[in-house]
Amino acid sequence: MPRLEEIFARAKTQRRAAFIAYVMAGDPDPETTLLILDVLNAAGTDLIELGVPYGDPLADGPIIASAAHRALANGTRLHHVFELVRRHGAGNGAPIILFSYFNPIFRYGIERFTRESAEAGASGLIVPDLALEETAELRASAGVHDLQMPLLVAPSTRPDRAARIAGAAGGFVYVVSRLGVTGASGAPNVEQVHRQVATMRELTTKPLAVGFGLSRPEDVGAVAAFADGVIVGSALIDAYRGQTGVACARSVGAFVEPLISATAWERSVWHS
Amino acid sequence: MKPDTRGYFGEFGGRFVPEVLIAALEELDAAVNEAFADPGFWREYNVILRDYVGRPSPLYRCERFAADSAATLLMKREDTNHTGAHKINNAVGQALLARRMGKTRLIAETGAGQHGVAVATVGAKFGLPVDVYMGAVDVERQSLNVFVMQLLGAQVHPVSSGSQTLKDAVNEAFRVWCERVEDSFYVLGSVVGAHPYPYLVRELQKVIGIEARRQCMERFGRLPSDVVACVGGGSNAIGLFAGFIDDQRVQLWGVEAGGEGVATGHSAASLGAGSVGVLHGSRSYVLQDDEGQVREAHSISAGLDYPGVGPEHAFLKGSGRATYVDVTDAEALEAFNQFARSEGIIPALESAHAIAFARELATHRGPDDLILVSLSGRGEKDLAQVRCRG
Repeated sequence: MPRLEEIFARAKTQRRAAFIAYVMAGDPDPETTLLILDVLNAAGTDLIELGVPYGDPLADGPIIASAAHRALANGTRLHHVFELVRRHGAGNGAPIILFSYFNPIFRYGIERFTRESAEAGASGLIVPDLALEETAELRASAGVHDLQMPLLVAPSTRPDRAARIAGAAGGFVYVVSRLGVTGASGAPNVEQVHRQVATMRELTTKPLAVGFGLSRPEDVGAVAAFADGVIVGSALIDAYRGQTGVACARSVGAFVEPLISATAWERSVWHS
Repeated sequence: MKPDTRGYFGEFGGRFVPEVLIAALEELDAAVNEAFADPGFWREYNVILRDYVGRPSPLYRCERFAADSAATLLMKREDTNHTGAHKINNAVGQALLARRMGKTRLIAETGAGQHGVAVATVGAKFGLPVDVYMGAVDVERQSLNVFVMQLLGAQVHPVSSGSQTLKDAVNEAFRVWCERVEDSFYVLGSVVGAHPYPYLVRELQKVIGIEARRQCMERFGRLPSDVVACVGGGSNAIGLFAGFIDDQRVQLWGVEAGGEGVATGHSAASLGAGSVGVLHGSRSYVLQDDEGQVREAHSISAGLDYPGVGPEHAFLKGSGRATYVDVTDAEALEAFNQFARSEGIIPALESAHAIAFARELATHRGPDDLILVSLSGRGEKDLAQVRCRG
């Protein structure tokens, strides 16, 4: 498995930001998720965040929360999630980062969860409800199993704290682009996100990936101009909601293509 | 005891929230420490409790209920508070904090509606707009309280995600707080959530235990042998326990909702039937499956119908300082009826759990023993449901 930093470095040599897609494991069903992963991979997605369904997702808006509930309702369990990672990895796809709330990890066992994630072929682990102070045990265990743990900074994070978070983050820093939860509608405040990224640049040399509320090619293009990676989740799930199988995968392909094109610097004013 | 700097009572507590809320929790923590060290804060709080809430609440000696037992049953009458339950003690204190911090809007979750009504009440009193998040199922079940909140000027937002009950209302209130963290104060209703909430809410409910201890000493010249309170999230219990925590001879009993019986899997007994997990920002006991998915709680009492419990209760269970038991729906209902008929007081169904256990406990105690029970709220809100059950 390549280190996450290498993924961002590769994108940079290709004069673009990395494109990171978030999908929910088991939504609408595990087989379709696998098709979606294939399509994302074929379209040129650099990294995939695979959501581990959880019934009480505090950091997620209604689109991802509903996806989690659908996945749980159709019986998706952790072994299905690991199996998806394993089957995806068999095709040398884009690296997978598991995106899980803390309680499923804690209950399953921190050591066991990180070990089985790594054995399945995951490259990283993001835990949206684990603030820096609570990450020590999980980071240690993830480290043993060579799982990288990107950490999140928010617009409300003060610089001294952001520096500590960046210092502890593995692979990249996840820059939450607005106050609130995932799936916000309306255009992001690009000026504010730009300032946020510029501030982070002074604090760290690690790659900076921006997420929360990015949904359209113009949002992606604007942010790709100054960030190392762009994360799209809710809008992607919304694009295939209600579909299954090949039709669903096709919708995903059609949706991400213009987003991935938009990550190229040549389209941006910042790099011209 | 104070939790440690990371918000832990032993191994329970902490701060498990999205990064976006950390700054707000740190700001709140600083404001709490500053306010608690300021006699002016407590002066204002106490004046409001006296003139507006109606404190001190009475300590009532039962005359006919459990009269066949030798021990004396004492009721700490939180039902006599303005808005009818202990919830107002906390709402007053947090509204004072919100004003002190310059926040211009209150948000709150509610299950049965008691906490929502308390927050709507202080919102009206302080002139602060209030948004209450309430599971869609609860909105349906507790339509009278929805009307009361609206009458008081609050906006009630039905939450239709997940099980559409209290657990989901808390999720939603946290989400909304993430968005409006700069101008909003989240008035959490129980000793749950991320640090400093379990500590903050305890300190604001401690008045129950402090008054009760003083009243016991004044009236009877001795401490109770036992202190009994119902536990959902656990705020009335922790408030009552706090007055006696250093009196090692006083036994502390927390009564969880056994629902249809803990063995059936249909209960709200997080301490009795749950396991250690993380819910709503802290590590405590949680009703959950083996992969950490939170189960739905079941109780006849909406105020106890919660799959988690405050971290300090988890700590007290572990240390053995408090003992946790459960009472089923049927037992609580029977005590509810019996208590109404023998004392002329209609208790909340939540409180009826504590009353049912205290009656049982009284049969094991002698004539010199005082059993102090938290009558945490009045039961008018439960009449429709009790009528339904026949």
